[in-house]
Amino acid sequence: MAGNLLKGFVRTQNFKCMVKIRLYSSGTSTIDDKEVVHFKKFVSYWWDEFGEFKPLHSMNKIRIPWIRDCILANNEMKDASLPLKGYSVLDVGCGGGILSEPLSRIGADVTGLDANEDLIKAAKAHAELTKANVNYVASSVEDHARENFEKYDAVVSSEVIEHVTQKEEFVKACVECLKPNGSIFFTTISKTKYASFLAIYLGENVIKGIPKGTHHYEKFITPHELQRILEKNNCRTDVVHGTIYNFLTNTWSWWFNSDFTYVLKATKLDKQNC
Amino acid sequence: MTRLAICKQAIATNTKFFTKRSFSSSGLEANSSKYYDIVIAGGGMIGCSLACTLGANQKLSNKRILLLESSKNKQYIPSEKYSNRVVSINPGNKKLLDNIGAWKHIESNKYATVKRLQVMDAISDTSITFGEETSSKDISYIVENDLLIHAVKTEMEQAKNVEVQYNQRIKSYNLPKESGEMAKICLEDGSEYTCDLLVGCDGQNSQVRKAMGVNYLNWKYDNVGIVATLKFNEEIDNCIAWQRLLPTGPIALLPLTSNMSSLVWSTTIAHSQQLMKLSDEQFVQAVNEGLWKVYERYGIVDQLVKSFDSFLRAANIPADVCRRYPPKIQSLEEGSRASFPLGFGHATNYISKGVALVGDAAHRVHPLAGQGVNLGFGDVQCLNKVLGEAHYVGCSLGNVFCLKDYESERQKYNVKMMIAVEGLYRLYRTDSTPVVIVRSLGLQATDVLFPIKNMIIEEAST
Repeated sequence: MAGNLLKGFVRTQNFKCMVKIRLYSSGTSTIDDKEVVHFKKFVSYWWDEFGEFKPLHSMNKIRIPWIRDCILANNEMKDASLPLKGYSVLDVGCGGGILSEPLSRIGADVTGLDANEDLIKAAKAHAELTKANVNYVASSVEDHARENFEKYDAVVSSEVIEHVTQKEEFVKACVECLKPNGSIFFTTISKTKYASFLAIYLGENVIKGIPKGTHHYEKFITPHELQRILEKNNCRTDVVHGTIYNFLTNTWSWWFNSDFTYVLKATKLDKQNC
Repeated sequence: MTRLAICKQAIATNTKFFTKRSFSSSGLEANSSKYYDIVIAGGGMIGCSLACTLGANQKLSNKRILLLESSKNKQYIPSEKYSNRVVSINPGNKKLLDNIGAWKHIESNKYATVKRLQVMDAISDTSITFGEETSSKDISYIVENDLLIHAVKTEMEQAKNVEVQYNQRIKSYNLPKESGEMAKICLEDGSEYTCDLLVGCDGQNSQVRKAMGVNYLNWKYDNVGIVATLKFNEEIDNCIAWQRLLPTGPIALLPLTSNMSSLVWSTTIAHSQQLMKLSDEQFVQAVNEGLWKVYERYGIVDQLVKSFDSFLRAANIPADVCRRYPPKIQSLEEGSRASFPLGFGHATNYISKGVALVGDAAHRVHPLAGQGVNLGFGDVQCLNKVLGEAHYVGCSLGNVFCLKDYESERQKYNVKMMIAVEGLYRLYRTDSTPVVIVRSLGLQATDVLFPIKNMIIEEAST
């Protein structure tokens, strides 16, 4: 499902992106070293810390500690070098694995889920290079939920929901994968004029830190709306906190309101409690 | 993810080429060489301390560390005799050694505590002192190089996740260019290692730095350092480090025991050649002369200094009430005289993808402030903190994003310190009257401005 939704998103990409895409897919027909180089280029495209995905790389500096500390909040840490050892985490919309790999490095048993098979292949290739231990699965979250009902200690969906049209179904499927009392984490862009100004106008048109056509105002979601959907799915929202991105220094910081981007953490309630 | 869709299409057409073959070829590469999380090139004082510190870091306890040293494993034999190579460790770095467990080996052996540092200008009557003999605060600790290395090595050998290989000459470094690539180290015996992070602790002629290709600002001083172990004719309460700033370069005495001090004298090349040729008795005489000789004075400087002094006394902020003078040298420990070249160097970058420079590999200063090794230990502390934090947020250790924190924090401190040391060196290498006036009055003023003095001590001891 999410895959289909995302395909719609693909169609809306503008010309600039198409040109870029051609760069990565230009004519080759046989398997030779060229393809290997070609393919390496693609991995490095996702993983270039100072390339197009740099906001996602720099975001790790705040989202990983946040996820880590939320998971550990009520639990004792046994090994400081692997703080999340023993916790299973589902990363929905993992892309090239920018979030999955670091989570696995701090000990979590990570399943990276993405509807796009090719992205999963790229993520796997990078994990092989870095010896990261992530279980990447190419599937939509809806399909995944059917076979992995209440399996994970935590579900993370970072910078994904703002690209999803059918948010209700998406959140429902995410929650289905989660164990009762497990935590679900979202990070996304709020649906405000302010966020649209910063992320779309400033980010995509003026500073050009984000490629054009990445975001669409109508797909953004406010914390309240997300909270409502979560509540419908038997989840109690524990934290909503604003964040802000500095385009010039490429750093994320916590922010006093959630008008631009925000993080949200909710807990799935036990059936008996409701 | 945000840019998911673009890439979706980007590889959509490439799918057919993602074959098993392309994956396995990179897999093979990784298997033929041995992998460590961190490889440290150079097992000197800084390299061993870094290995030891990282090995003791709880947050890095699942990381495997390899230290490669080109020379053989030298055994330290405790002796009564003092070696001529000593370092001055500041309290901040003593704490580091204490934390990693190395200090207890030094404490049980031998070291000297400096309670007071007195710096004198040879051309004018001015001087500045830091610290008090009676104070509980220490200025620094004088430790033999060999003992310090021995202490750190002893602890390093006990660290579970640190492996050491001696007699390993490195043939070449292959540094990563793309994300996910690893640094590769080829040894002369044909073996290969890969690692997430390569740390260059290989000194001033660092091969790692050369492989990185960073800009390295450097020059040689027209100064040569001479070291020796000196003896007094009487037992004294030896806790003052002396430094006299001669126009040819600073001469310094660092306490070792109640009747011995270590000499560090930097002087012009010609003079040093002369000094090295002298007999032991003549050399001792030359040292005493360096400490005591009255240089030609400028009347105006003396007058200004005196009137400024009486002004300070009138304002009730006199400098030093009772002046102390350096001890008289009696003799020289046989065979302890040695000389070495001095230079300045600073790498514009301490890091790049998968690699970091620490200690002399990144920076080299004039020894006049005894800061060289302390800057190196500061690097060790900072890199340890940064790597621990980086791993705790799931960063790979060679990630430039995380290493950048190390570089900016250390450069902020090191450059400031190096400019200060370089400035002092240049300020005192001249005897032109206006400069002497300015520096004499400046030194006098600084000596009575306790907040500034405390700031300098704080800055130099962290």
